[in-house]
Amino acid sequence: MKKYNFVHAGLLLLPTMLLLAAFTHMPTLKTVWRSFFSIRTNVTGEFTPSNYQFLFEDDVLWQVLSNSFWYMTITVPASIIIALTMAIWVNARLSGRSLLRLAYFTPTVLPMISVANIWLFFYSPEIGLFNSVMGWFGHDGYNWLGDPQTALGSIMLMTVWKEAGFFMIFYLAALQGIRPDLYQAARLEGAGNLTVLWRITLPLLMPTTLFVLVNAVLNAFKMVDHLFILTKGGPNNASNLLLYYIYENAFSFFDTAYAAALTVLLLIILVFLAFIQFGVLERRIHYR
Amino acid sequence: MSYLRVEGLSKYYDGVSAVEDITFEANKGEFVALLGPSGCGKSTTLMMLAGLEDPSRGKVYFADQDMTHTAPGKRGLSMVFQSYALFPHLNVRENILFGLKARKVPTNEQTNRLENVLELVDLKDHIDKKPGQLSGGQCQRVALARAIVSQAPICLMDEPLSNLDARLRNEMRTEIRALQKKLDLTVIYVTHDQIEAMSMADRVILLNNGRIEQNDTPDRLYNFPESAFSAGFIGHPPMNLIQQRETLLGIRPEDISLSLSSSQSVDGLSTTVIDCDYHGANTLIAVDFRGQTLRFIQQGHHTHRFGTPLTITWDREREHHFCLNTGRRLTNHSLSHSIIEGFS
Repeated sequence: MKKYNFVHAGLLLLPTMLLLAAFTHMPTLKTVWRSFFSIRTNVTGEFTPSNYQFLFEDDVLWQVLSNSFWYMTITVPASIIIALTMAIWVNARLSGRSLLRLAYFTPTVLPMISVANIWLFFYSPEIGLFNSVMGWFGHDGYNWLGDPQTALGSIMLMTVWKEAGFFMIFYLAALQGIRPDLYQAARLEGAGNLTVLWRITLPLLMPTTLFVLVNAVLNAFKMVDHLFILTKGGPNNASNLLLYYIYENAFSFFDTAYAAALTVLLLIILVFLAFIQFGVLERRIHYR
Repeated sequence: MSYLRVEGLSKYYDGVSAVEDITFEANKGEFVALLGPSGCGKSTTLMMLAGLEDPSRGKVYFADQDMTHTAPGKRGLSMVFQSYALFPHLNVRENILFGLKARKVPTNEQTNRLENVLELVDLKDHIDKKPGQLSGGQCQRVALARAIVSQAPICLMDEPLSNLDARLRNEMRTEIRALQKKLDLTVIYVTHDQIEAMSMADRVILLNNGRIEQNDTPDRLYNFPESAFSAGFIGHPPMNLIQQRETLLGIRPEDISLSLSSSQSVDGLSTTVIDCDYHGANTLIAVDFRGQTLRFIQQGHHTHRFGTPLTITWDREREHHFCLNTGRRLTNHSLSHSIIEGFS
């Protein structure tokens, strides 16, 4: 009987275990394994830490890491704050709020590639929307995506535009889950709007904020498609981000071993960030 | 000197009236219950007193100051919600101190008041717990403490006991009443439970369909109902209302007694039993009296079969009479009208 149960349980778990093993665990282990070989395409290499040594010598990597860092530290808080503001705004009793809600959510519904193409038009130097508008005020405009000074910023702007609407939906759902009598009680106790926001709304939204934060950070590192359409990491790696750099190494330069080492680096960064988010923040969050 | 005054308060939702022309007063230290069936407008009235709903018409005065459009936090009142409305992410201490912090009361004053209040509601051991870790009764105490700590002279309570079990409800009833007396609070207490209203309140305002049906002491409400609605609502089981030609005759179940001298007696009404409902200490007997059902209470356990003839009688002094059309009480009712044939 006991043996039968064991087999039964094993069979039930098997599909999931197979899928996880084939598409998550094996590739992860293989990536780590390969990152220790100097394999370039089909040439068999030897076991060496040279890929990791090169991480420290690669100037482009440091540029890419700094880009990724700024990309994350600016887009994540910006999109979260804008999402929260929009959610509180849309949650208030105002006419036409369903339309407003839809408008904010549209960027999320659109496919990434077409969104990037629309923004490509906004940013283009001669005929672009931004430069045309600036032209009305007598300004020559910028080469948004072509100038190393503005390329990364332009990518960030678009990311915030896209992410904020998506996160707003989560905040909106959470806001509607807060019982109205809590607000009534707070108002009776003489709390002003700011006190209510700081002492009630924001703490009760913390579970949502953690969820949104984890997603935002992951998205910040997962971003490839915009770059592919808009800048291809250029000019001169000014807008190159870590995942796109890995992609370049693996599929443009065919240096799969170095790409594997970079992937391990990305993994370490993500684990570290996840540890901070769950380990530190979660303890301070009240779950209903 | 009325401390709290409400004049012609009305509330309409999309043209449908929820509260219609409510006027009443409450003195300092008085416990006033707003009683009525669900949907009678008692909670809406309380919300308007609190400032959480804007009245469509009418005025609210606290201590002779017009508060009709004052913000809820500036009215000098506290409130206990039906759901307790405790902040789930704050512990008991922070919940109680929430209002004091919002009003920027000095810290040492906060600690003093907290000490006193914890003493009053017996929560000393739980100050670091979150509401989710407390029982229903403890949550209730936290809600009370939060109301008391503000030292507001007026306290509004919206069915504060309805989420508690019967035993705890009885306990809290006495406790709330004692606190109210001790702190000399003016309490407006909304409830649908007549036992709560009758046992706790100095005065009961009975509402029906958004209007005041009767505003009286529990004693007068019970013994002199102003309308057929009051008569039928107050009392358990409610008063029997017998339709006569142009009046309603009301008689309380406990005022009806069995006439022992059986069927041929002239001194009583002959009826037949419909059913007997045994309640432990007494039995509620329903009898058929010329097509209308009368209920009355007999001590002890009685089992009468359906159709058993019973002769009942009551003291004529205990009768109530109401106008059939308006439902209002008829005061100087001429006896000749009320005599039921066969009842001398």
